[in-house]
Amino acid sequence: MSTQAEGIRLQGLEKSFSTPQGVVRAVDGIDVAVAPGETVALLGPNGAGKTTTIDMLLGLLPPDGGAVSLFGKPPADAIAAGGVGAMLQMGSLLPYLSVRELLTMMAALYPSPMDVDEVIEIVGLGDIVGRMTHRLSGGQTQRVRFAIALVSNPDLLVLDEPTVAMDVEGRHAFWTTMRGFAAGGKTVIFATHYLDEADDYADRAVLMARGKIVADGPTTEIKAMVGGRRIRATLPEADLAALEQLPGVLSAERRGEAIVLRCSDSDQAIRALLAAHADVRDIEITGAGLEEAFLELTTAPAEAAA
Amino acid sequence: MNPTYLRFELLRVVRARRFFIFSIAFPLILYYMIAGPNRSENDFGGSGISAPLYLMAGLTAFGTMNTVLSTGARIASERAVGWNRQLRLTPLSTKQYFRTKVLTAYLMAAITIVLLYGAGMSLGVRLSADNWARMTVLILIGLIPFAGLGIFMGHMLSTDSIGPAMGGTTAFLSLLGGVWFPITSSSALHDLAEALPSYWLVQASHVALGGRGWDGTGWLVVAAWAVAMALLAARAYQRDTARP
Repeated sequence: MSTQAEGIRLQGLEKSFSTPQGVVRAVDGIDVAVAPGETVALLGPNGAGKTTTIDMLLGLLPPDGGAVSLFGKPPADAIAAGGVGAMLQMGSLLPYLSVRELLTMMAALYPSPMDVDEVIEIVGLGDIVGRMTHRLSGGQTQRVRFAIALVSNPDLLVLDEPTVAMDVEGRHAFWTTMRGFAAGGKTVIFATHYLDEADDYADRAVLMARGKIVADGPTTEIKAMVGGRRIRATLPEADLAALEQLPGVLSAERRGEAIVLRCSDSDQAIRALLAAHADVRDIEITGAGLEEAFLELTTAPAEAAA
Repeated sequence: MNPTYLRFELLRVVRARRFFIFSIAFPLILYYMIAGPNRSENDFGGSGISAPLYLMAGLTAFGTMNTVLSTGARIASERAVGWNRQLRLTPLSTKQYFRTKVLTAYLMAAITIVLLYGAGMSLGVRLSADNWARMTVLILIGLIPFAGLGIFMGHMLSTDSIGPAMGGTTAFLSLLGGVWFPITSSSALHDLAEALPSYWLVQASHVALGGRGWDGTGWLVVAAWAVAMALLAARAYQRDTARP
């Protein structure tokens, strides 16, 4: 479909809130394009502007500036066409209905919903379908909310911090289900502050801090951006000052017989290291955790300002 | 209209048992408490009308007004859990949402009407079929502004504030509408009362007392309130997308 091909576009999106402490620019001019079928993580610490961005993406909050387009349509039109399923960050379920009744009701609101039994099966709600929605645990409630997002059979699935109330096991099961869903060619945008979730389950991460996008790319690229790779090797007689002069190397230190090079470009650094020291052995190149990348990218400007 | 959505809305009303029983039973209990001891009073408050009939008419207006307005309390509790935001992400249109809420409110009001008519008959009220019918039709029309007001308040107020706000509103509207005592045309309050939808709701129920129903002013006031409340309710619903 040609409209499908346009994917999701956020252009120059801006939103400010008045608070007792003054005006806060919650979202400060962001541009994001998501291709159909892509799974993108909106990553950032609390207060980065992720939820505000998602509210504008879904048309729940009018932007101060900029535009949102979902498959070539304004959010309200895409939603009216039944093309969007979402699991918002906050919220609980409509009380006085059983899980199955609630899913049946929600399915009836969409033009081409998924089969309710199929959704129950996929999300693994078999043991709680007959239970009243106001008697569920936090994790069960989250699973039912996920089922509500899926039952619409959407082209775009939006998840805002979906695993917050889940335990480790529930979280794993959740992402496995989400992956299965996304594999059917669906577009998925999810907000998270768990780095491993972005790393493991997204094709791409958009890193937000203080309302701005500080990085946008494959998670491997984000790690590389902050000099995330380290080379460790055995090189007993090395001159640390000389090693630091090698291209792509940021710093060098000694650990007994071994050296550790923190690199901005480990590809360049390893070539230079091998050229200079043919006797180097036990080479290991490791990527720094996304955690490290995350901290560096989101806190650096604040420290500079302080 | 989405029949599945309506069906589950109704199911939810009935399952919220305490709320349901209270809003249905309250006017009924009030009726038996006041009219019961006065069942043989044939000139209630000098009106020349029997107490069971006078109070049946007044409490039908009061009771239906309450049940229809209580839609607002249910909306406020849905909003408290963020459900209105979830609903906003479905293709359910504002119109469909309103129709479902109004129809649910009307079915509650219909139960109130049937129970109070039954209670009236049990205390000896007898009316012609024509009077029953005219009174009922006018009451149902007179409730339209209250359906809008309930939805409007539900989307403007929180669960904490809606209780007192509803209580105050119904007390004010029923008092000045003449639920508890007749607002005579010589009264200073009469002009104000005539501008309120509750006055005309009470007038509708007073068809059973030999009242004249609505004149041109009545139809105009009810229509104006109905339109104004519908617009306010629609606006409140559309704006009400913020996080709780």
